[in-house]
Amino acid sequence: MPVPEVKFDALAARIAGLEFARSGWLGAARVDALARLGAMGLPTKRDEYWRYTDPADLIAAQAPRAASFDAEDEPPVFDGIDRLRIVFVDGVFDPALSDDLSLAGVEIEHLSQAGQTDIHWAREVYGVLETRGQTPVQRPLAALNTAFASDGVLIRATGRAARPVALIYLHRSETSDVILHHCVKIESGAELTLLESGPAAARFTKVMEVDVAAGGRFHHIRAQGRDHERRAATHLFARLGPESLLKSFTLTANGVLTRNDVVIELLGDDGVAHIAGAAVGDGTFHHDDTVFITHAGLRCESRQVFKKVLKNGAVGVFQGKILVKPGAQKTDGYQISQSLLLDGDSQFLAKPELEIYADDVKCSHGSTSGAIDEVALFYLRSRGVPDAAAKSLLVLAFLAETIAEIDDESIAADIRLRLQNWLERHEH
Amino acid sequence: MLEISDLHVKLEAEDKPILKGVNLTVRAGTVHAIMGPNGSGKSTLSYVLAGRDGYEVTGGTAMLAGQDLLAMEPEERASAGLFLAFQYPVEIPGVGNMTFLRTAVNAQRKARGEADLSAGDFLKLVREKARTLKIDADMLKRPVNVGFSGGEKKRNEILQMAMLEPKMCILDETDSGLDVDAMKLVSDGVNALRDAGRAFLVITHYQRLLDHIHPDVVHIMADGRIVKTGGPELALEVEKNGYADILAEAV
Repeated sequence: MPVPEVKFDALAARIAGLEFARSGWLGAARVDALARLGAMGLPTKRDEYWRYTDPADLIAAQAPRAASFDAEDEPPVFDGIDRLRIVFVDGVFDPALSDDLSLAGVEIEHLSQAGQTDIHWAREVYGVLETRGQTPVQRPLAALNTAFASDGVLIRATGRAARPVALIYLHRSETSDVILHHCVKIESGAELTLLESGPAAARFTKVMEVDVAAGGRFHHIRAQGRDHERRAATHLFARLGPESLLKSFTLTANGVLTRNDVVIELLGDDGVAHIAGAAVGDGTFHHDDTVFITHAGLRCESRQVFKKVLKNGAVGVFQGKILVKPGAQKTDGYQISQSLLLDGDSQFLAKPELEIYADDVKCSHGSTSGAIDEVALFYLRSRGVPDAAAKSLLVLAFLAETIAEIDDESIAADIRLRLQNWLERHEH
Repeated sequence: MLEISDLHVKLEAEDKPILKGVNLTVRAGTVHAIMGPNGSGKSTLSYVLAGRDGYEVTGGTAMLAGQDLLAMEPEERASAGLFLAFQYPVEIPGVGNMTFLRTAVNAQRKARGEADLSAGDFLKLVREKARTLKIDADMLKRPVNVGFSGGEKKRNEILQMAMLEPKMCILDETDSGLDVDAMKLVSDGVNALRDAGRAFLVITHYQRLLDHIHPDVVHIMADGRIVKTGGPELALEVEKNGYADILAEAV
């Protein structure tokens, strides 16, 4: 089928000002990505997986302006967690704000430097998982990212990381348009917790590719920052080996436009992948979780747990799929997407999909949309809990299933506190 | 303690009156029971006193220790000392029972200008009260009422009552769904709270709860009014002869 002309005009405009580096293995990967992108063109609202989210602002030649935002009323997220900090200011690595990159059990490098070497483990990951993730659903923004990423980090865990690694994105410029691409390799039996926080830029296009080898464990917790006006398109591509584990949790509070794509392949037997998201939006807020989990190994378990709290016209989107390949017997797939609409103006659009080609599997999915439970609210108030506090308690209870996917209790407590504070700031 | 005078109530959505002039005075230190056939307005009375939405008071007053109950939000009524033990305790997934209890206790303390109970003091108190009601640690940890049996839910109501130490306790068909042993546990919990400063209004269909919680005064409610008031012997009369005779006599 011919690709409509409009896609290429948009693509030419989008990439016109971007720097394209051809040298080294990284250059070769970029050339491939550009070819993929050229064949696809940029997304439009007519594409199946962009029907509920207009990509216009994500593909525009210029990033829409976005005021940066200083949260003075609470300390930065994860501040209390002992972690190795890697700070990017508007997409540029800031060594002065960052810690020394040495950490027992982990190797950390910059994409911009490692891309020039001859041999590197990231050659087997960079653009490779993204390419796998282009079928059956095309993800042009990810290919664009692989082709034009200005920087990123390459993290290889060879043992149990002594402490979490934290990527901290600071947004300072109202016009920053940032493309970062990270690769993570969890070697056999290794374990790493990766934290991400902040809005990064006026517009942020991010890809993270994660390769988890046999028995490896990867924990990912991110908070996408409180900047009201920023836009973001992020992708997480992951490939899981036998008996490996990946757990990813995302908190999104504010941001006019967020599209989070997650593409997971459970390739080995007995792998576990849990993807969770809690989104809270008030007013101009459009949040889209698009998830695709493929079961190829035996006895793998996947969970998709997405909850959104929406008010004053905020919009939430969930498109989640479980694909069980032939032979992926004893698959245990679970998917839940729910929204709590705090008023009549908000909207939740959900498209759950199951596609199953094995006959001995357990897959369940559910999607609901509802208001605060008035009976539970009265019960709490009748015990003396004031109306606003009772509502906050019920909203946090609604989101609890997502936070339960965070294994580290101190990190979970921090996320809970952020939500509590958000609810207080946006009192019903 | 509680002074209800000529209370008229209808459903907000309909024009049908449910309470048609209820008069009731409950003094501190006493236990009153309200009995009556289905649909007589007993549960409505308890909900209206607690401040549930969906009802419209069309006339009359309800005062708690001199304060106008009907002008207060549900949480204010609770802090003023009113407690309703629900006929159907509500399940709240995601909220731990302990968190719920602590939030409620501290919210009421705050409303009364008292400092929060420390985590240690709270824990000590809740464990002690839970033990007498045979509520184990697991029940305290689980989400509020989720997966609780009928008896566990009712015991949990009494635990809340014991923790909140209200002045005026309304028990709405607390005996429904209880077996004999659970009834004894719940009744013992209630009896332990009886004192000169506290009053109880026990709503029930049956006399059997009143074998355990001995009332000072028994009222019979029918068609939105209290039609007869007497001593404990009135409950026995209902048990023996049913409501028909009393209602016929009242008309």
